[in-house]
Amino acid sequence: MKKFLIPLVLFFGLVAFLAVGLKRDPREIPSPLVGKPAPAFSLPTLTGDKLFSPADYKGQVWLFNVWATWCVACREEHPLLVEFSKTQSVPIVGLSYKEVQAADQANGPLSDAAKLSLARERSLRFLQRQGDPYKLSVMDLDGRVGIDYGVYGVPETYVIDREGVIRYKQVGPVTPDILQTKLLPLIRSLEKS
Amino acid sequence: MRRLVLLLAMCAVTAWAGEAQPRADDPKVEARLVVLAEELRCLVCQNESLASSNAELAEDLRREVRKLIRDGMTDAQIKIYLVERYGDFVLYRPPVKPMTWPLWFGPFVLLFLAVWGLWRYLRHRKALVHQRMSVTDNAQAESLLKE
Repeated sequence: MKKFLIPLVLFFGLVAFLAVGLKRDPREIPSPLVGKPAPAFSLPTLTGDKLFSPADYKGQVWLFNVWATWCVACREEHPLLVEFSKTQSVPIVGLSYKEVQAADQANGPLSDAAKLSLARERSLRFLQRQGDPYKLSVMDLDGRVGIDYGVYGVPETYVIDREGVIRYKQVGPVTPDILQTKLLPLIRSLEKS
Repeated sequence: MRRLVLLLAMCAVTAWAGEAQPRADDPKVEARLVVLAEELRCLVCQNESLASSNAELAEDLRREVRKLIRDGMTDAQIKIYLVERYGDFVLYRPPVKPMTWPLWFGPFVLLFLAVWGLWRYLRHRKALVHQRMSVTDNAQAESLLKE
């Protein structure tokens, strides 16, 4: 009787092990940047001539949201971000990630200035239509800042604390559930400290 | 689900696109890039190396690695640069550290357990055979065989 149970137990152990493996999202790669200072950069903003760098927001908690108008999943989370921005909780800074894609340059590469103006035009049109949740947006045309932040799947959202340290990274769209259970409690505790 | 479809669509493109076209402007840099990129994983199409993937991000990362090679960084330094941003995941050969011990040594532990189990089982069976055939049984069997 006992002997008969051993393979059965082993079998269910294996099933449980594989089931857990199947449930996990292989797209979610733990970021080594959590707990580290947000990489510095200096990029032009969507509107205006000034450059923005993360140091400007030292002393306050803020969200850094990577987005693009071509990104389908960004549209999914956009209404939620707009709603969140209305609560006046913490500012969201947008990173317009590679707005001008390879397909836009099929007839030859565009100059940096042409890329910037095309990206601005598109992003502004999108935000006018869908609502603008961003305190400001910065333009990462060639995706280099994205690489520094380890961006690999837009949209991505980072929570950055008063000291400028990344405290959380969300890959993929922010859902109401993630907002309620992860982002909001974290923001509240960071604001208190 | 939609993201998955998108991901598959992106990977499908690479299926026919094949190897990334090497650039001829500096063969030495390209040679190093190809060797290095074979060891690095594309983060968008996770089962492709950075060398063979045609995803946009892979292209950007190749461009970045190319630049780092030109800047005179060693292969190890470039790997550290990428690991700092994307984690050990970008390496096809994960480093040996407590987190990855099960990965590196797990198979050997399993093999050892299997061999040990087999050895125990065989010893047990041998003992069983001996046990069943007692001395009197043996004598009886022999006498039966002689008849």
